[in-house]
Amino acid sequence: MLNFILRRTLIIIPMIILISMISFLIITLPPGSYIDSYLANLQQMGGEIEQSRADTIKERYGLNDPIYLQYWKWVKGFPRGDFGMAFSEERPVINIIQERIGYTILISTLTLLFTWILSIPIGIYSAVKQYSFGDYVFTFFGFLGVSIPNFLLAIIIMFVGLRFFGINLSGLMPVQYMGEPWGLSKILAVLQRIWVPVVVVGTAGMAGLIRIMRAEMLDQLRQPYIQMARSKGVDEIKVIIKYAARIAVNPLISTIGWLLPQIISGGTIAGIVLGLPTLGPKLYNALKIQDMYLAGTIIFFNIVLILIGTLLSDILLALVDPRIRYD
Amino acid sequence: MKNNSSDSKITKDEDIVMSNPFKAKSHWQLMWEEFKNHKLAMGGIIVLILLYVSALFAGFLTPYNPNERFSEFPNIAPMQIKIFDDNGLTAPYVHPIVGQRNMETLAMEYTVDQSQQIPVNFLYKSDDAYNFLGLFKTNLKLFGSDETQIFLFGTDGLGRDIFTRTIHGARLSLTVGLVGIAVSLILGLFFGGISGYLGGMVDNFIQRVIEFTLAIPKIPLWMGLGAALPQDWSVIQVYFAITVILSLTGWVSMARVLRGQILSLKEEDFVKAARAAGAKSGRIISKHLIPNCMSYILVNLTLAIPGMIIGETALSFLGLGLKAPAVSWGVLLQEAQNVRAVAQYPWYFIPGVFVIVAVLAFNFVGDGLRDAADPYH
Repeated sequence: MLNFILRRTLIIIPMIILISMISFLIITLPPGSYIDSYLANLQQMGGEIEQSRADTIKERYGLNDPIYLQYWKWVKGFPRGDFGMAFSEERPVINIIQERIGYTILISTLTLLFTWILSIPIGIYSAVKQYSFGDYVFTFFGFLGVSIPNFLLAIIIMFVGLRFFGINLSGLMPVQYMGEPWGLSKILAVLQRIWVPVVVVGTAGMAGLIRIMRAEMLDQLRQPYIQMARSKGVDEIKVIIKYAARIAVNPLISTIGWLLPQIISGGTIAGIVLGLPTLGPKLYNALKIQDMYLAGTIIFFNIVLILIGTLLSDILLALVDPRIRYD
Repeated sequence: MKNNSSDSKITKDEDIVMSNPFKAKSHWQLMWEEFKNHKLAMGGIIVLILLYVSALFAGFLTPYNPNERFSEFPNIAPMQIKIFDDNGLTAPYVHPIVGQRNMETLAMEYTVDQSQQIPVNFLYKSDDAYNFLGLFKTNLKLFGSDETQIFLFGTDGLGRDIFTRTIHGARLSLTVGLVGIAVSLILGLFFGGISGYLGGMVDNFIQRVIEFTLAIPKIPLWMGLGAALPQDWSVIQVYFAITVILSLTGWVSMARVLRGQILSLKEEDFVKAARAAGAKSGRIISKHLIPNCMSYILVNLTLAIPGMIIGETALSFLGLGLKAPAVSWGVLLQEAQNVRAVAQYPWYFIPGVFVIVAVLAFNFVGDGLRDAADPYH
């Protein structure tokens, strides 16, 4: 077992290197750079800027080097936690990541739990009462959830909140709590709003999960051991929950692999629309003004989060399902 | 769908069973019968046909040019074409918008005058000449009026007709998925085909690439690539660039499905027979294996289109995709970015309803096809 975990963890290292390359490639694609537009701006403002000073700035960030050297200059700081400078904010990228990654992880985890907690019982119900009215209703709402783009749902919820309840649901907390120390009232204020991104992103993944749970459940209910249990007179509720559902839930753990990219992806756009203190809005701004190291690092961390989540789910699956072989 | 080998194979079988009173049905006939029973899917098909037809005839169906500004009429609420008045059924009419100067602020204010009735003219000759299906220029519109403007979905902040813009926007929004899916299909067929057929090292490598691509969150990747598009590109260039961006992740699921199918099919007797007869790999894949996976490919195609429509809409909404003067649903929804504006002018949201309806319809059709894809169960 330990051997399996170790090996599975080691595979991540080449993946991380690959991710850093892809992130770097994406941010070097646009023509020009933040420095270029920054210098152009300075010149426009009338600030006579000598070529030598521009060169010094470019030299400092290695912007005149060939691309592989630029890449190397960027990644060699990674082990020390140095991800370059965020030009627009004039501070290290790592500070911005530290400020925001917690909220990204929090919202992603809550979304994952929300999706599971709702879709497992719905999947069980839909399988047990296959083709019933309730089955169709859930299927329809599942489809609706997939079909409403995350950003539209976010706007709809904010619209309903503002128009019918007169409350502003954007952001994660009212302005007066920002920068305040955490207390009960602040936590309550956050709880009042954090459900919005969770619902917005969660509904998108729910239909897929319900479908898998329903299919697995139908599969299990046809197995001989279920007939056996029923013929012995085991209570039907017990047959469903303790026999069938217990086995049917296992494959759901492996869905983290595709659910997590979806959650990070949806969370990014929900964060932008809702103005959350997550990585999404920072990525959006950084891309717009070509703050390359900030944008690259956020893309990098987004994918790394998914890899770690998938790793944890693989280990979890191996722990709960004794049929998985470790070698 | 062109006749493929599975079809012709069955036709030959049909020749053999001609004497049999029970006529053998082709795979596609069986699929269609199964599909017809799926009510939601049939509804979806009808909605999609309506949407695509209106996109095609957008010039005729809408009263204005999509970028025409009625600067005197900003943020007008949607107007209704009514057929009932106090005297019962009557010819279709609208209440006109009338301007009045507010004597306190001295600003012109426009309101709908409920007391007046202006008849709507059908097959109306407007000032806006458009190209009908790219064939000839005409100014004939489905409806219009000399005496008032008709804004069925209201107007935006610049006084542009949202109805006209929404129907015109369908052209870009609904085709971006089709073009994107065509690119994904080619990539997916190629990589899925060789991965499943060749197996071994090649399969292993392609599978790792697929797994890795699946782990990349789409929106951040699309945003990064969308931001990289040069600002001075034309609408057409940006449009095709976006379809390519969307297909970069879209081919993966196609390749996966195809590989799985081919893995199971390549052990079948007819493939072995072809190989024994000396057919080359390329021929076996393209003539024997892929035609037999056609129904699964079709399901996958249909289910992948909505993701692409959402992708384009999201990118354009964020300003990283299509930009004005291009008219797409995502571009229109930029107006709805500010929730306070939406709260005040809820009709800004109408293009969003179209997005949801189109995506829902594609999902229903895809679901129906998935159930029908295996008519032998």
